[in-house]
Amino acid sequence: MTKLGQWLCGLALLGSVWAALALAPPGLRLPGPYRQALLPLPVYLLVAFGCYSLATVGYRLATFNDCEEAAAELQEHIRAAREDLGRRGLRF
Amino acid sequence: MAAGSADKFSVLLPTYNERENLPLVVWLLARTFQQSGNNFEIIIIDDGSPDGTQEVAKQLEKIYGSDKIVMRKTISVLFSLGTAYIHGMKHATGNFIVIMDADLSHHPKFIPEFIRKQKEGDFDIVSGTRYKGNGGVYGWDLKRKLISRGANFITQVLLRPGASDLTGSFRLYRKEVLQKLMEKCVSKGYVFQMEMIVRARQLGYTVGEVPISFVDRVYGESKLGGNEIVSFLKGLLTLFATT
Repeated sequence: MTKLGQWLCGLALLGSVWAALALAPPGLRLPGPYRQALLPLPVYLLVAFGCYSLATVGYRLATFNDCEEAAAELQEHIRAAREDLGRRGLRF
Repeated sequence: MAAGSADKFSVLLPTYNERENLPLVVWLLARTFQQSGNNFEIIIIDDGSPDGTQEVAKQLEKIYGSDKIVMRKTISVLFSLGTAYIHGMKHATGNFIVIMDADLSHHPKFIPEFIRKQKEGDFDIVSGTRYKGNGGVYGWDLKRKLISRGANFITQVLLRPGASDLTGSFRLYRKEVLQKLMEKCVSKGYVFQMEMIVRARQLGYTVGEVPISFVDRVYGESKLGGNEIVSFLKGLLTLFATT
């Protein structure tokens, strides 16, 4: 199954459970307060996911390593390479 | 048992206008492999560069020997990374293939670490990651880093690929694995690299990771434009819907 397929199945499953419990067709009634709490649940989850996303990306951005030493080392290597290749007869 | 004495590593270097960088990359590769004692060859696939890249490649062939440097010209029409790899692999005599950028953003010093990681877990693919461990980037401003992390996050959520860096192009593949994947992958650009990993996982191949540093000396000239972002998203959604 494709990832899209998995998402659709998952959403359909959760969606139907939520609809059954929160929208409460007759025959499957939960006590009132429970239904009231369940109703806005999808929106809450969406907002929670949004917050999680922002926090995660923010954290990863802040901890994104800057490779200063790698850049400096590369400069060194470039110098050595040009010197050695010149000795071996490379015409740049 | 001698460690991998029968292994040979073919490094594929697709080039376009890399007259300046090519000798440096080759020098670093040769030195790295000589120090690690691995058998290697470097396959240069040039897309008809007008700046004399092929001329420099021929000089390098003389210096290092034509068993070590193999120069392949491609037909300039429809040149893409995919066709460059296919073309390069036809002549590869190694049982492992290393793909990397030829502009010195990838440093050959990581290749022995790839090799070690591959042996450690008997991995089919070892992917260099900028996002884990002490992997990282040099030369990116905050905006570029944000785009990178943001795009990677969306990719992780949608594709759950089991690898931290999907758009990276510094990797070690078993030759048969790369050949199999090339048959199946159809995307272009960044998405091509992503598709390789996603398809690999689908086919049951194992992927190991090694932190690498990416030194971007080009960013100042080639900014990440809106077009690239749009085509990335389109490619990502295509992968989401088809894999």
